[in-house]
Amino acid sequence: MTTNRYTGIAIALHWLMAIGIVGLFALGVYMHELPLSPDKLKLYAWHKWAGVSVFLLVIVRLAWRVTHRPPSLPEHMPRPEQWLAHAGHHLLYLLMFAIPLSGWLMSSAKGFQTVWFGLLPLPDLLEKNKEIGDLLQTVHWALNMSLAVVVLGHAAAALKHHFLSRDDVLTRMLPKFAR
Amino acid sequence: MKRITLALLLAASLAPTAHAVEYGQVQADKSRIDFAYQQMGVKMDGRFRKFTSQLSFDPAKPAAAKASFAVALDSIDLGSSEADQEVASKPWFSTQAFPHASFVSSTVKALGGNRYEVAGKLTIKGQTRDIVVPATFATQGATGVFDGAFTLRRGDFSIGEGAWAKFDIVANEVQVTFRITATPK
Ligand code: HEM
Ligand code: HEM
Repeated sequence: MTTNRYTGIAIALHWLMAIGIVGLFALGVYMHELPLSPDKLKLYAWHKWAGVSVFLLVIVRLAWRVTHRPPSLPEHMPRPEQWLAHAGHHLLYLLMFAIPLSGWLMSSAKGFQTVWFGLLPLPDLLEKNKEIGDLLQTVHWALNMSLAVVVLGHAAAALKHHFLSRDDVLTRMLPKFAR
Repeated sequence: MKRITLALLLAASLAPTAHAVEYGQVQADKSRIDFAYQQMGVKMDGRFRKFTSQLSFDPAKPAAAKASFAVALDSIDLGSSEADQEVASKPWFSTQAFPHASFVSSTVKALGGNRYEVAGKLTIKGQTRDIVVPATFATQGATGVFDGAFTLRRGDFSIGEGAWAKFDIVANEVQVTFRITATPK
């Protein structure tokens, strides 16, 4: 067994969530622009259901992460670069947690309860309050914009490792069939 | 003679409600109309900030009671200004053409205890339907408090036409609750 790889679970969670989050991001921006209509309300509900699903996956992923050490970074990476990689990953975890949480809080404050897949009502974490609801909408937006910037840097770094440094940083995160 | 006076005094002191007290002065600040509905399984609520009402109710003569309401539909409060604007539009209340919803009672039946049944005509968006509204009445000091609730089907009044006409997103049933506080005339 080589220790220099991510576990299958870590890889599956990484890519499943990457797809989910990019999709949620696009859906969020799109639905926000729509004029009020039944379709808009439907998309908002779907966004919230999928967002809560991502929130659950983040919790699973964090639990997996603290019990499974990731492979160490390549020796050739200078200290500051290693530090930057670790800081970036921590920031990604933080944002993956904070974004759906801010969405849930926003929905509570706006008085639109989240009922997961129309079946499971989540408790409203905040009282209905217009000012706080509007504030949280801005927070949700700002966190998302930060995520967009960090993910672009993150993907650029992964491609740099693969094509310029020619190390295994990208491939060790790829599922078997794509390696 | 003395005994009769005494008996009358006694009766009066024991049963003050037996006096003909007619409640008719509605106190707008202590009266409200709320409603609740479901949107994709999510409970939503709102209320109307402005309405006027005429009322005359004597607990001793409920059958003679009368009530009428005019609700200013553009005073709706759904908790978001985007939604408030939407429901004022043509597919919903069309408030330009139909600024008010109205209710006029026809008969009031006492059901025993403090319960009553008010039948009347509800008009929204130019369409009139007969409805029956159960209500209770209680006195709080000098004021009388009426509480009641009924279920309105928005489809009956074309509230939400076109894309909104299906009930998969916004449910057909709307639970309307009201509390009217009135002092004697
Ligand atoms: C990782 C998960 C999530 C991502 C990536 C995400 C992303 C986004 C984005 C990019 C927007 C558009 C922001 C704007 O243009 O203002 C948005 C809007 C929104 N999000 Fe999320 N979101 C997530 C989770 C959630 C959750 C869990 C909820 C609620 C339970 C939620 C509720 C909302 C709502 C209600 C809006 C619309 C705000 C408005 O336009 O009024 N989001 N989201
Ligand atoms: C929403 C999008 C994404 C999020 C939230 C995300 C998040 C993360 C996180 C938190 C890690 C750290 C895992 C750990 O060591 O604990 C990671 C690793 C990694 N990600 Fe992403 N990622 C995203 C998209 C991408 C994309 C688009 C690529 C590729 C182009 C990519 C490539 C990688 C690679 C190669 C690693 C392994 C780094 C290493 O070997 O140390 N990720 N990702």
